[in-house]
Amino acid sequence: MTTYYSEEHEWLEIDGGTATLGITKHAAEALGEVVFVELKEAGDTFDKDDEIGVVESVKAASELYAPLAGEILEANTALEDNPGSVNEDPEGNAWFYKIKIDDLGELEALMDESGYKAFIV
Amino acid sequence: MTEPRKTPLFDLHVELGGKMVDFAGWMMPVNYALGVAGEHKQVREKAGLFDVSHMGQVELRGENIAEKLETIAPSSFTKLPDGKARYTFFTNPEGGIMDDLIVSNAGDHFFVVVNASMRDQDIGHMRANLDGIDVVELDRALIAIQGPAAETIVSAVAPVAADLKFMETTVADLFGAECRISRLGYTGEDGYEISIPADRVVDVTREFLKHDDLEMAGLGARDSLRLEAGLCLYGNDIDNSTSPVEAQLNWAMQKARRENGGFPGAERIQRELAEGPTRKLCGIKPEGRAPARRGVEVADKNGNVIGSISSGGFGPTYGGPVSMGYIATEFAEPGTEVDLLIRGKAMPATIIKLPFVQQNYKR
Repeated sequence: MTTYYSEEHEWLEIDGGTATLGITKHAAEALGEVVFVELKEAGDTFDKDDEIGVVESVKAASELYAPLAGEILEANTALEDNPGSVNEDPEGNAWFYKIKIDDLGELEALMDESGYKAFIV
Repeated sequence: MTEPRKTPLFDLHVELGGKMVDFAGWMMPVNYALGVAGEHKQVREKAGLFDVSHMGQVELRGENIAEKLETIAPSSFTKLPDGKARYTFFTNPEGGIMDDLIVSNAGDHFFVVVNASMRDQDIGHMRANLDGIDVVELDRALIAIQGPAAETIVSAVAPVAADLKFMETTVADLFGAECRISRLGYTGEDGYEISIPADRVVDVTREFLKHDDLEMAGLGARDSLRLEAGLCLYGNDIDNSTSPVEAQLNWAMQKARRENGGFPGAERIQRELAEGPTRKLCGIKPEGRAPARRGVEVADKNGNVIGSISSGGFGPTYGGPVSMGYIATEFAEPGTEVDLLIRGKAMPATIIKLPFVQQNYKR
């Protein structure tokens, strides 16, 4: 499976026409201890750059913006009960959404792992 | 745009992993490796060391300093004994707060500590209004050691620190540096603020950090600690438009001053003391998990806006979101149920009596 990264520090693990979306370890570290997560619901659709959630840390509130257009298939509601898991395992168990991607062509605008590593230096 | 200034501890912050940001024109650490919540708990349970050298330290020297200070601040200074510190504020002619500050009677002079962002304003204000008084800005560093272990840590080096009570100040030798130690702070915990010659503060800080119960703490923890303790942040909870009565700071205006006036804005302040203010600074506890931050509107249960949040965030010791804000007096009673308008949704909250976490001072 291929993983893509956005400039908003999200990762997208692609599985055919669907993907798992979360925030990167780099983003989680920059946010500090996450204390609150607000998620959209399964069935919600979104365009690229739409706000699709809120992550609040001890420092500040940050919106989560959609890296491409799609539909939410499943929201990881466990995050709402245990927001600290975003710091513990941001690129694993603390995923935010399973989504359906409208247009796989939009992936071309995202970065691969080496591109993202260079982006955050 | 001028470059942010650096305190004498800047290099040490970087060495210790401090995440540096521009705060009020100063490069200051938000947090270190322990993180905001970890540093917060460290201060509540053991002790943390904060660099607060960005704050302005001023000596006032001359005749009748106390009487003259009373013309620009509504607290009593003529009755402030040698060795005592007092929380006060400069008021403007409309009864708003120009800045809050600590004034200490240091025997042969007065020692004043003002907010970093207001130091130029305050020094100008004192020079313009304290006739015949020398207003000298000190080139010294200031650190705060806060938490239940602070007394053990500081008195091991300067035994006199254990004899001080809350809001008392003295001069003592720390590791060969002549320091002013004051038993006060901005965390709700017992602790000290220590004024140190700028060229000695790195050594003194390194020596203190050898203590197992002491860790560096940054501005992030300083903010969450003071918020839980219900302490005002200038520019957020109090400013030129808010009066001390609205801000629930009547305790800082001693009885004779409240009754006799004679300070800027006395007309409004005395009227509000007599009739009650139209709004009050309250503790506001969100019932859910979402923090309500500065600017969030507060509504009654019919959707009418009745106030707004002045400071808010997450309280690591309280274990949930904590906020303060100005609320119309008829809704300011503790226990009143209100709504917070966060991202277009009404989130339930309750007015509470501050603080969220009990203050733990050595009286």
